[in-house]
Amino acid sequence: MHGLINKGIERFVIDTYGQTTWLEVAGQARLGFTEFEAMLTYEPCLTDRMLATIAERLRRPREAVLEDFGTFLVASPSLPAIRRLMRFGGVTYQDFLHSLDELSDRVRLAMDDLILPQLTLIEQGQGQFRLRCKPGLEGFGHVMVGVLRAMADDYGALAVLDHHGYGEQGEEIAIAIVQDPFSEGKTFELGVRCA
Amino acid sequence: MTAREDSMDLICPMHAILDTDGIIRHAGPTLQKLRPDTGMVGRRILEMFEVTRPQGIDCAAGLMAMRGRTLHLRFRDAPHTAFKAVSVPDPSGTGLLINLSFGISIVEAVQDYALTHADFAATDLTIELLYLVEAKSAAMDASRRLNQRLRGARDIAEEQAVTDALTGLTNRRGLEVMMKRLIARNGRFALMQVDLDFFKQVNDRLGHDVGDQVLRRVGQIMREETRDRDVVARVGGDEFVLIIDSPVSVVAVEQIGARLISRLREPMAFDRETSRISCSIGSVFSSDYDAPEIAQLFKDADIALYASKNAGRGRHVFHHQLKPAGTGVHVKDPTNV
Repeated sequence: MHGLINKGIERFVIDTYGQTTWLEVAGQARLGFTEFEAMLTYEPCLTDRMLATIAERLRRPREAVLEDFGTFLVASPSLPAIRRLMRFGGVTYQDFLHSLDELSDRVRLAMDDLILPQLTLIEQGQGQFRLRCKPGLEGFGHVMVGVLRAMADDYGALAVLDHHGYGEQGEEIAIAIVQDPFSEGKTFELGVRCA
Repeated sequence: MTAREDSMDLICPMHAILDTDGIIRHAGPTLQKLRPDTGMVGRRILEMFEVTRPQGIDCAAGLMAMRGRTLHLRFRDAPHTAFKAVSVPDPSGTGLLINLSFGISIVEAVQDYALTHADFAATDLTIELLYLVEAKSAAMDASRRLNQRLRGARDIAEEQAVTDALTGLTNRRGLEVMMKRLIARNGRFALMQVDLDFFKQVNDRLGHDVGDQVLRRVGQIMREETRDRDVVARVGGDEFVLIIDSPVSVVAVEQIGARLISRLREPMAFDRETSRISCSIGSVFSSDYDAPEIAQLFKDADIALYASKNAGRGRHVFHHQLKPAGTGVHVKDPTNV
């Protein structure tokens, strides 16, 4: 599993539940260290053990943890880059949804060893969509539900999201845009001055 | 605004239509956005922009003559954003249609002018370019942080190392730890200080690569000539120390020294080069002292080594063989051991 994903989960636990909780998770999951490196690759079993431990400690289903993680990726001020990179997808939430087909290619363009499952958006009319996540990274669909929810908020769109479980073709998410946009949303400028 | 201008604004939002006098008759929305307080229409293009390449274009006629050529422009007032441009005859007039793009200045431009998606044509790759710039700099940041942490870890590891990286032998720090341990448990041992003779010449004549190979080979020979429980350390460029743990007798240590001297004298072949070295040894026994101290042992081994070198290269001298006050040194010929 790519270190960037593991590092993201670590950041999520520390920022949301505190350093102490993270150190307990790292110990209980027998990681053998307390800090992931974003640019290294780790055995997938480490990520599985870490997620199982987090779910157990927080007494929440693994799916809910993954969804919270997805929301955190976009909404957390400590990871501003991800939200910005997502916003390059388009001017409106609909544009953004259409850009998801390219997400795994875009990610690979930036980091060629970070392989995300291919996403396909299926338009069903009247603001209804289905997003298909190809298999390969179990639970990625739940992370995407969190990402899509936070991005709707960012664009000022009101969207209802539903994870439709796992099928042969992977995971599927139902998206219904109720209103686009219902509020102003956050501004997005292409260039930001570095502090 | 004409339907044609509308279409052009969508496809080329940074274009301008000029008349034959070089006066801007229409400016695309993004171009106009760059100078929101100055209406561009009605102004001379060369008043607003300087043509930096090709050089020497300072009148409308000059600009007209450059049709189809790549131009480099720059705003005359700040921010002095640079542009690439190309012009063609205006299809519906007598003037010029000129289209501008930011080129490499895009990263500053989006910051200077707070540009958004809507300011670029849908087919323009600028958004993808900016995406890559941000994604790559985020990845570079992460890489840089990893490198810094790795460098820190390496420095600490080197500081704590007890092994000499070149030969794999114990280093000075490791040697002192071992000696302290031996002294603490009242162990008996011999300390042999070994200096290579003629090593500097090998280094000078055959280069550092061969020099390094010689040092590695010397380390290997020293390991072969000692037991596992003995310590072989490299404590300086061509300085080695052997700790013989619980030596059976003085003669046993003499024999180790003699074998070392004889094996190190053998020419060593590396590729086409042959190196010839030898070694001088000074030794002390911990049992010669009531309370052996590391510093004292080294000092006396040094004195013995010095005496050995003075007696000619390739010798082995024991500190207890030296007469007090360093007069009339008696040196045993190693070949007679």
